[in-house]
Amino acid sequence: MIEIRDLHKKFGKNRVLQGINLKFDKPGITAILGPNGSGKTTLIKSILGMVIPNEGMIKVYDKNIKSQWKYRKRVNYLPQIANFPNNLKLSELLAMIRNLRQLPAHDEDPLIELFELQPFLNKKLGHLSGGTRQKVNLVLTFMSEGDMLILDEPTTGLDPVSLVRLKELILKEKAKGKTILISSHIMSFVDEMADEVVFLLEGKIYFHGSVKALKEQSEETDLERAIANILSSNHA
Amino acid sequence: MLKILKYSFYDLIRSRWSYVYLIFYAMLGTVLLFLNNDLSKAIITLMNVVTVLIPLIGTIFGIMYYYDSREFTELLLAQPIKRSSIFLGQYLGVAISLSASLLIGLGIPFIIYGIFTSPAIWDFSLLLVVGVFLTFIFTALSFNIGLRNENKIKGFGYAILLWLFMAVIFDGLLLISLVYFDEYPLDKFSLIATTLNPIDLSRILILLKLDISALLGYTGAVFQKFFGTSSGMIISLAVLIVWVVTPMYFIYRKALRKDF
Repeated sequence: MIEIRDLHKKFGKNRVLQGINLKFDKPGITAILGPNGSGKTTLIKSILGMVIPNEGMIKVYDKNIKSQWKYRKRVNYLPQIANFPNNLKLSELLAMIRNLRQLPAHDEDPLIELFELQPFLNKKLGHLSGGTRQKVNLVLTFMSEGDMLILDEPTTGLDPVSLVRLKELILKEKAKGKTILISSHIMSFVDEMADEVVFLLEGKIYFHGSVKALKEQSEETDLERAIANILSSNHA
Repeated sequence: MLKILKYSFYDLIRSRWSYVYLIFYAMLGTVLLFLNNDLSKAIITLMNVVTVLIPLIGTIFGIMYYYDSREFTELLLAQPIKRSSIFLGQYLGVAISLSASLLIGLGIPFIIYGIFTSPAIWDFSLLLVVGVFLTFIFTALSFNIGLRNENKIKGFGYAILLWLFMAVIFDGLLLISLVYFDEYPLDKFSLIATTLNPIDLSRILILLKLDISALLGYTGAVFQKFFGTSSGMIISLAVLIVWVVTPMYFIYRKALRKDF
């Protein structure tokens, strides 16, 4: 479903991605891990066409995405930072996204209820707290029915209740047979949710395989320790 | 693109600044008509104000809107929308709403004064056309500055410099070079120099139409002598169109390559 070949990207002199080769062809949840600045967000944004690679090619659903935009109809993306136009009301933002993605009205009502956002519908987005913004972000991502989900640090700022609901929501989408990419720093979350792990280190793929294989390779039973092990042995 | 245009347009129409701008022009028109008590004279005075102020407002508004809507842009980029339509849509939204404020703001006092029954109607229409051109040109230029500068302060600085250069410094440089190279034939040089500045070009265009040779200045006189009044007007209009299309093309090109 996603095929990435020899992807390079640099920002100025900073070489963020240095030859990424990846293939996701099975439905399921893949976690993208890596320390800060390892290129997770850049990789995700390249798949969405928000970052233009210097070299290499990305295919989504067997089509090169270069200067394409229609494939984004099938992709739902959750950005890392929940930035919204500040002078819009929540209800207006929802109406706008519905209009842009051509969704039927009231499709998002169960989601609004799930994240308890009804009291904010008539509030301006600039006045919402960080956690509430993240919830709005989640509603925007899950409200349209795509075939692929790309979540960039979905847990940021969420309270435990919302976190549990988010997990249920992701598992529900997985049961529908969707391809789901998640980048996260919360290892317990990854351990619980992910089928596969891609570990990025300095713009290269350090490991790609199942969670179990990663644990076995580092001879640890705990994912957090396994990752820490990789990082410390790499920097030693 | 039309959807983005619609959203940007409504967003701006609802903002306070569109009304401030509209009321400012309505007041300006009223005061000038009251003071001059004559349509043609009011149009001449208005021209001097308009050719300086419209670029300033277009530039500042354009750059402000670009930076202000960055979040909106980021949101849109993940949606199934063509990149170029996001930026061109936003640009057209700003340019059209500014032009609407200008047309309505200046239109109302002049219509009340009776512009429709006056022979000055064509002069006034040309003034408005030129105002719309200047709005489109300077908004496009400021969008280009915004697209190329992530840093807001830098972007604002460049935008103000651009206006200052076009409105003030350019004329000064032209004048100095005309005085300095007094002994050489300068016709062609000043012709080309004029086309490089949309503000000068607009001024000459209006003055050619008003047929006031005393106000034409050196470059205007050369322009009139070289092209004659009617072809001079057609050529200056054509160059103004080039001035709109070129920065729009650069917005389009930059939008395709930029990372977010």
